[in-house]
Amino acid sequence: MTVAVDAPEVAKMAALFEPVARIYGQPVEQLPLDLYIPPDALAVMLDAFEGPLDLLLYMIRRANIDILDIPMAPLTRQYLDYVEAMRVRNLELAADYLVMAAMLIEIKSRMLLPRHKIGEGEDAEDPRAELVRRLIEYEQMKIAGQKLNEMPQAEREFFWVETLVEKSLYVRHPEVSVADLKEAWEAIFRQAKLNKHHKIGREELSVREHMGIILRLLQERGDFVRFETMFDPAMGAPGLVVHFLAMLELAREQLIEFTQTEAFQPIYVRVHQGGSEPGQESA
Amino acid sequence: MEASLVKKVLEAALLAAREPMTPLALRKMFEAELSTETVRKLLDELREEWAERPVELIQLASGWRFRTRAEFLPYLERLNPEKPPKYSRAMLETLAIIAYRQPVTRGDIEEIRGVAVNANVVKTLEERGWIDVVGHRDTPGRPALFATTKQFLDDLGLRSVSELPPLEQISQTLELNNEN
Repeated sequence: MTVAVDAPEVAKMAALFEPVARIYGQPVEQLPLDLYIPPDALAVMLDAFEGPLDLLLYMIRRANIDILDIPMAPLTRQYLDYVEAMRVRNLELAADYLVMAAMLIEIKSRMLLPRHKIGEGEDAEDPRAELVRRLIEYEQMKIAGQKLNEMPQAEREFFWVETLVEKSLYVRHPEVSVADLKEAWEAIFRQAKLNKHHKIGREELSVREHMGIILRLLQERGDFVRFETMFDPAMGAPGLVVHFLAMLELAREQLIEFTQTEAFQPIYVRVHQGGSEPGQESA
Repeated sequence: MEASLVKKVLEAALLAAREPMTPLALRKMFEAELSTETVRKLLDELREEWAERPVELIQLASGWRFRTRAEFLPYLERLNPEKPPKYSRAMLETLAIIAYRQPVTRGDIEEIRGVAVNANVVKTLEERGWIDVVGHRDTPGRPALFATTKQFLDDLGLRSVSELPPLEQISQTLELNNEN
């Protein structure tokens, strides 16, 4: 059937819908309903078919053909017309279709030959049987696919229920055992050993702390102490500097006092004594 | 522990779960030994209790889970207007073949559909977690055998492959078809 539509009708429809195809310049709103598909419309139809079996099935269904008694000659001729049209446009797709064309021609040629009797009272298999089997299986799967698609699907027709578990509503206190504490302490200890150098370094840098150490020491001695003996080389260079700074800071705050009888003589240091006589050297 | 409390615990666990829960996994919550039958019975009761609610408790391939009833989709959709993409016919046919004829090779699928299998189709189905490779056929080339997963069944609300819709009996004379 050619799609015959009169011109004003077409103009009206075209305003409403994008035409599916144009045949001889005429827009078509509906896919053709029967076997005849004008070659120009095929470009559009191509996407509609999932392969040669799908196309064959379409042709058979449209022509109301008994699938068990397929008229091979007209079917093959029609099929080849389609394939030829497709071949012009999409070679890769045509390959699958060409295999089918070869199969159709083979079936037709085998039907022309006299059939061999296999056994007593047994008909030889119809050459079309395999094609029929494949068509039926394909159609089954095609329908099954549509049915699967119609089933309610997660995140499409329904959603999983996931209630928020508000964990902050109850406070979970961690459990602590004596063994945990012991282990933690040991870990600190091990860590301290590993970082020994680094750790001492940080303490050395506290001038305030050294001020305390110095004061305590001088308090203990109660008298003048030789300046040099206040420094322990074991403190290391940064330690000595901080110690010295602490010393100066103490002097500035007048908590200790320095004494030197004359240049290059030993310097003495002691806790600042209230109301001491002049001549003291305070830094 | 009273049965009513056990049931409430089960309910809470299922509501909080982010995946289907098996009776076996649910049993772990209780110190006292609970038989799987008891759990099953309580789950059935729960399902009954939720029957009138917009959310239903269903049994899936990999356990029990709450889900919204499909009838509420039109409303829920308005909250999130982005529609999920549709699968192509090639995708659906391939999925159907794997579901109904599993395990199948790529070649089997091509044999039934009459066209080459698009690698993207298989990849998309694998990424969705609906199919996976369950082995290799012992033929030259050792082609991969595909089958559907539990997640596929879960997502379609099924407990097993046997619950898939039965295959259409194709009438051999197709003249009944007068559609369009």
